[in-house]
Amino acid sequence: MSTINTGDIADGTVIDGVHYHQFDIVIVGAGGAGMRAAIEAGPHAKTAVISKLYPTRSHTGAAQGGMAAALANVEDDNWEWHTYDTVKGGDYLVDQDAAEILAKEAIDAVIDLENMGLPFNRTEDGKIDQRRFGGHTREHGKAPVRRACYAADRTGHMILQTLYQNCVKLGINFFNEFYVLDLVMTEVDGVEEPSGVVAYELATGELHVFQSKAIIFATGGFGKIFKTTSNAHTLTGDGVGIIWRKGLPLEDMEFFQFHPTGLAGLGILLSEAARGEGAILRNAEGERFMERYTPTLKDLAPRDIVARSMATEIREGRGAGPDKDYLFLDITHLEPAVIDEKLPDITEFARTYLGVEPYTEPVPVLPTAHYAMGGIPTNVEAEVLRNNTDVVKGLYAAGECACVSVHGSNRLGTNSLLDINVFGKRAGKSAVEYVKTAEFVPLPKDPAGGVKRILDMVRSGDGTERIAVIRKELQDSMDRNAQIFRTDESLEEVTQLIQKLRARYKNIQLHDKGKRFNTDLLEAVELGFLLDLAEVLVYSARSRKESRGGHMREDYPNRDDENFLVHTMAYLTGDPESEEAGDHIRLDWKPVVITNYPPMERKY
Amino acid sequence: MSTAVADKKPAAAEEIPTFTATLIIRRFDPDVDEEPRWEDFDVELYATDRVLDALHKIKWEQDGSLTFRRSCAHGICGSDAMRINGRNRLACKTLIKDLDITKPIYVEAIKGLPLEKDLIVDMEPFFDSYKEINPFLMAGATKGGKERKQSPVERARFDDTTKCILCAACTSSCPVFWTDGQYFGPAAIVNAHRFIFDSRDEGSQVRLDILNDKEGVWRCRTTFNCTDACPRGIQVTQAIAEVKQAIIKGKP
Repeated sequence: MSTINTGDIADGTVIDGVHYHQFDIVIVGAGGAGMRAAIEAGPHAKTAVISKLYPTRSHTGAAQGGMAAALANVEDDNWEWHTYDTVKGGDYLVDQDAAEILAKEAIDAVIDLENMGLPFNRTEDGKIDQRRFGGHTREHGKAPVRRACYAADRTGHMILQTLYQNCVKLGINFFNEFYVLDLVMTEVDGVEEPSGVVAYELATGELHVFQSKAIIFATGGFGKIFKTTSNAHTLTGDGVGIIWRKGLPLEDMEFFQFHPTGLAGLGILLSEAARGEGAILRNAEGERFMERYTPTLKDLAPRDIVARSMATEIREGRGAGPDKDYLFLDITHLEPAVIDEKLPDITEFARTYLGVEPYTEPVPVLPTAHYAMGGIPTNVEAEVLRNNTDVVKGLYAAGECACVSVHGSNRLGTNSLLDINVFGKRAGKSAVEYVKTAEFVPLPKDPAGGVKRILDMVRSGDGTERIAVIRKELQDSMDRNAQIFRTDESLEEVTQLIQKLRARYKNIQLHDKGKRFNTDLLEAVELGFLLDLAEVLVYSARSRKESRGGHMREDYPNRDDENFLVHTMAYLTGDPESEEAGDHIRLDWKPVVITNYPPMERKY
Repeated sequence: MSTAVADKKPAAAEEIPTFTATLIIRRFDPDVDEEPRWEDFDVELYATDRVLDALHKIKWEQDGSLTFRRSCAHGICGSDAMRINGRNRLACKTLIKDLDITKPIYVEAIKGLPLEKDLIVDMEPFFDSYKEINPFLMAGATKGGKERKQSPVERARFDDTTKCILCAACTSSCPVFWTDGQYFGPAAIVNAHRFIFDSRDEGSQVRLDILNDKEGVWRCRTTFNCTDACPRGIQVTQAIAEVKQAIIKGKP
C-alpha cells in the first residue's frame, strides 16, 4: 500500500511515533493574514491554525503606521486613485486587476476591523481618522492624501490583537509553537496534490501530520537573510522555503523593500507615519535633501526612492556622524503633545535604544530590510500557482509570503496591513468554497519522512561549524552585495559565498540534543531556509538586468519595459547543492496584468 | 567572577569600548535536571547592548542549548519577559548600561507559571485566564456595514489598556498570583478593562460579573508590582482599581 487510508486517521492517532490530525482547512501562520483567513474559515469548516509562535507574537504586531483605504473620512479620496498609486508605486510591475481589488475591498476591510473592535484613532466627529503616507496621493499624484487609517503608531499591534480576540470569540483551534516543516504532496492521476503538512512540536520534539483538504500558507517574510532588518528573529521564510523545495515557483524574489527609516545600527523600524505627520529627513548639513529628488512629494515619496536617495546622500559624503554613515529623521518641529498622541512608540524606541530625545534632537536613521514584495505566486482568489496559469488545487497563500502581485516591485506603506486583510479573507473564503466539495487526498505512506531526514541531518550535527557564524556571514554579505545597490559583480560574490556556506552547513554542530524546546535545532533548520531563499533572491536579481522599484542594478540603471515588464518565476529543478546556481534553478517569466494604466515614467 | 573590566586593548579613537559582564542564569533541562541550577557566563558586551543580545551571544558563541523565547527584539511581541536582577522585564528592552555591571546580572524565568526549560515557562494558564474574560468586543451588528462612531474622548478612555502585549510580566510579578494560580491576574483584568471602558461595547456587565468572582479583582492587594513590571508603561494597578469601582458603582 502506497498511501495511508484516510479512514484510519482520527485526531490523536499515533503511527510510528508520529501524531496524526485531520482538518478540513489548515492555516499555517497566525499573523494577520492567517488569522483573518481563520475568521472566515472557522465558522464554516473544521479549521486549525498552526503557528511557530503564540499568535500575538506574530510580526504583524510590529507594523506601526496604518492601513490604507479610501474612506474619504477627512478629505476627498476614492479607490481608483488608490489603485493608481499602488500601480505607480510598484513601478508598473503590479498586476492591475489585483491592485483594483485591493483598493476597492480596502474600505470593507477597514469597516470589518472596526466592527470586530479595532480601536482606530478618531476624528472630532467620531469617524475613523486618516493620515498621510508615502506615495498615496490625490488625483493621480497631485499632492499627498490622508488615506491611512491608524491606531496611534501601533496599528499592526491593534490589528493582530483584534484578529486574535475574534479568533478566541469563534473558538478557533490553535496549535501554538508548532513549526511546520513540510507540505505533503501525493501523486493523484499523475499530478502532485497537497494532502497535508508536517509540523514539529517545539515543546516535545514530536512530529505531527495534519491531513487536510485545503491548506493556507500565511507564514510571513524572510528579512533575516539580511543583517540590518526590521524583521523579527523568527522571520526566516520557512513557509516560502517549503514551497520552493517542493519545486513550486517563487515569483519576483529579487524585489525586497528597504524601509528608509530604521534606527541607525539597529534596523528597528521608525514608522513612515512620522513623515506622514510632518517629520523631515535631513543630511549632515541639515538639508531637507528629499526636495532635490522628489520635489512634489518630498519626504513622502515611495520607500524605494527615499531609501535610494538616502544611500546616495551617504555615498556622496553628506552622511552624519564620525563615519558619515547615517542620516537624520527630524521631528523636533512637531508639538510634543502631537508626538505623544500619534507617535508614542517610535519616540520611545529612539529614547530606549539610541538614548536620543526626539522632542529636541533629530534621530539617526538608515534604511533597513523590511518587506518581501515577491513570494509564493497566487491568483486573486489566493490560489497558489504551479506555473504561469495553473493552480495547485487546495493550496492557498496570503500576506507577505504570497505574491498576488499587488505590490509589484515596491510596496507602498500601509498596503501590507491592507493586503493581509483583503487577501487573508479571500484565502479563507476560497478554502471554504473548496472544501465544500473536495475530498481528503490520501497521505503517502510515510508523510513525515522528508522532515525526519531534515531533522536527522541537523541532529547528527557533530561538526565544527557554528550555526550563528554561517548565518552572520550570509547576512553580512547580503547587506554588502544585495541591498539597495546591486551589480552583477556584487551578486556573483554573494552567490559564490552561498555555495560555500551550504557546504559548511552540512558540518554544523548542535549543542542541544534534547527533545524539549530545542531552539538550537530550530535555528539550524531555519538557517537552511535562509540559505535557499537568499540564493533564489540573488539568482533572480542577477537575471533582471534593469532597475525597477526596489531592485536597483547600477550596471543597468534604467527601467527596461521592453525586456523586463514581466514577473520572474523561479523554480528549483535540481540538487540545491550542485555547484552552479544555474544547475538547479530555472527561471521563467510571467506577463504583468495591465488594465487601465500603461507604464509611464515614474516621477514624484 | 563579578568584575566588569574595561577592555584594555589599544583601541582606535572611534572604537566603542566593550566590557565583560557576568550573567548568572537559572537553567533547567527537564530531560536531565531534577531541580533548576544557576550557571555563570562571561560575555563581552557594549553598553548599548540589551540583555537579549547577551543571551544571544551566549547561545550563539558559547552554549547553543540555552533556551529562551524571543521574536521581534524591540518590545512589541511580548515573547521575552523574564526576571532580570529580581525584576520582571523584557530582555529586549533592558539595556546593559541601565544595569549595574560591576555585579553579576541574574536572569531567570518569570515566576508563578510552570517552568518548562531554562527561561521558558508554560504560557497556557496565562492565556486561559485571558480567554475567560471575553476578550473581544461584544456588540450588536451595525447597520449596513458602517463603522461605529466613537469620539476622541471616548477612544482615549481605554487607550492605555490597548497597549497590552500579553507578555505576562505583570501577572507573573504579582505575589497573589504566585500563591494562588487561580487568580485571574493583572493582564486578564487589563484586557477586561480595555473592553469595559470601550463606548462601543455592550458586554461590560458580563465581564464585571466574572471579575467579581472570588478569583477576580478583589484578590488584588495593590502592591503595584504589576505597574512597575509593565514594559508598555500601562497603569495596571489603576486599571484594576477602575474595574473595582465599576463593579461597585456600575460602568461609568
